[in-house]
Amino acid sequence: MTTLFDPTGELAPGERSRLPRLDSLEGKTIGLLDISKARGDVFLDRLSERLEERGARVARFSKPTFAKVAPLDLRKKIAESCDAVIEALAD
Amino acid sequence: MSSTPQGPDATIPASGLVVVVKRDCPTCGLVEPVLQELVDHGVGVTVISQDDPAFPSSPAPVDDRGLELSDRLGIEVVPTLLRFDEGVELARVVGWHREQWQELTAQPELGANLPPARPGCGSLNVEEAHLRRRRAKETAERLRSRRVEVGTEEDAIEACFARGWSDGLPVVPPTAERIAVMLEGTERAPDEVVARVAPDYVECTVEKVAINAVLAGCRPEYLPVVLAAVEAACTDEFNWHGLAATTYFAGPVVVVNGPVTRSIGMNSGMNALGQGNRANATIGRALQLILRNVGGARPGEIDRATLGNPGKLSFCFAEDESDSPWDSLAHERGVEEGRSAVTLFAGEGPRGIVDQLSREPESLAHSFALALRSVAHPKLALAFDAMMVVSPEHARVFREAGWDKQRLRQELAQLLTLPGEELVRGAGGCAEGLPEQVRSARVPKFRPDGLWFVHAGGRAGLFSAIIGGWINGEGGSQPVTREVAA
Repeated sequence: MTTLFDPTGELAPGERSRLPRLDSLEGKTIGLLDISKARGDVFLDRLSERLEERGARVARFSKPTFAKVAPLDLRKKIAESCDAVIEALAD
Repeated sequence: MSSTPQGPDATIPASGLVVVVKRDCPTCGLVEPVLQELVDHGVGVTVISQDDPAFPSSPAPVDDRGLELSDRLGIEVVPTLLRFDEGVELARVVGWHREQWQELTAQPELGANLPPARPGCGSLNVEEAHLRRRRAKETAERLRSRRVEVGTEEDAIEACFARGWSDGLPVVPPTAERIAVMLEGTERAPDEVVARVAPDYVECTVEKVAINAVLAGCRPEYLPVVLAAVEAACTDEFNWHGLAATTYFAGPVVVVNGPVTRSIGMNSGMNALGQGNRANATIGRALQLILRNVGGARPGEIDRATLGNPGKLSFCFAEDESDSPWDSLAHERGVEEGRSAVTLFAGEGPRGIVDQLSREPESLAHSFALALRSVAHPKLALAFDAMMVVSPEHARVFREAGWDKQRLRQELAQLLTLPGEELVRGAGGCAEGLPEQVRSARVPKFRPDGLWFVHAGGRAGLFSAIIGGWINGEGGSQPVTREVAA
């Protein structure tokens, strides 16, 4: 028997259940997060139009840079003000 | 010496004589009849045998093949004769010395037929292998990482592969003994937190760094360099998280400066960016393994690289400071002369520049500029930094002309300020490029602090190399320098 020592972070990720899907978009606030990649705005502009056609309110957000994770404040603001969020990974 | 001699089976009385022997010692063989003599005279003696529980044949010895008693008694030579009274050591004789044995045992005729004195042999518990095992045992008790038992029939290297601990090459199985030896490379405590490693943002201790340094094949004296590299990688400026996740080629490039490069035998000369030097190869690899194993940045998962580059196994080299015409990279970045440091740069694989004809710095700078224009794409500018590795023969051209790095930077900045009309999308029949707005502007290829120079390479060859960067600046990755702790 050889004993080795675990080189990993030994994470035991907690499990979280998904939020329920929205029944309808009517009157809901949908966040659109632009990660700041080129032409992500083109994709999100079109999404915004389609969402508003279906009665949703749209709130636009963008990350300062696509190369770093979204700042905590931004994530908090989205979580507090939106019923759902769509992230645009355009490239 | 005042320990209470109590064996695991309590066979050693608190008062009386104790003799520690091993069969593989001629002097112990010589005193074997003396031990019998003591028994015959009714003198209570406890014999402790280090290597063979059947030696001596009489009196029956206490088996100390684990050497725990020998350690506890502080034995350095066998045979050693000791006298205890109620757990307190009163006297000891090392080796065979007839008069002293007679005196200590109060047996005036003891060993009358033996020579007056014979030196003993080295005790097994002070042999290097045993000391290493003992240190390993002590260290293992303090280690906090999860234990993974591997069966005797299982290949430990395969077991590491199976658990996902490898970068694709075999790793050295991290046993307690190897980790203990590795930890001797630093004075920092195993439970000290070095950094939080993205993308999982796990606290990485000195212990985890040491375990991964074992996997990578490092020697203990490399550990301080690995520790400094981990600290540098896990800063907001270097942005390891973004670099790990990018689709781009780049990974961490580790440049080492200062006396440590010589003391651990790093390569800054011939084939400096290539294979064949253990320190270069394993320090970069250890960093990558830490980012993978502790941080959780695995290819195909968080690591989304389209192609990657072979340097993501390990990309680490030393600057040649002995013969450089320039200030070293570390000194330029604020590290005092004579101190050791690592600088991390987010870079792709090196590409070569051939210029065998330029003897004037202006001409060689032109070659550099032409080649540098291709970083990322000849029509893209400002978004990517670059590190140039300038070889001794090219560096000589600048030295002879008295060009310092700043002079070279000025020249390159001038040569690489490009007409917008050549860069805009569609220009030159190529859709890639900068937005139309820059058409009438003049655009610098690199930002003012976007070009770095390192002196390294073999003495022969009019070649240099460019290591293209990743997204630069605050929104991307900036070079980070950290001193290597003594």
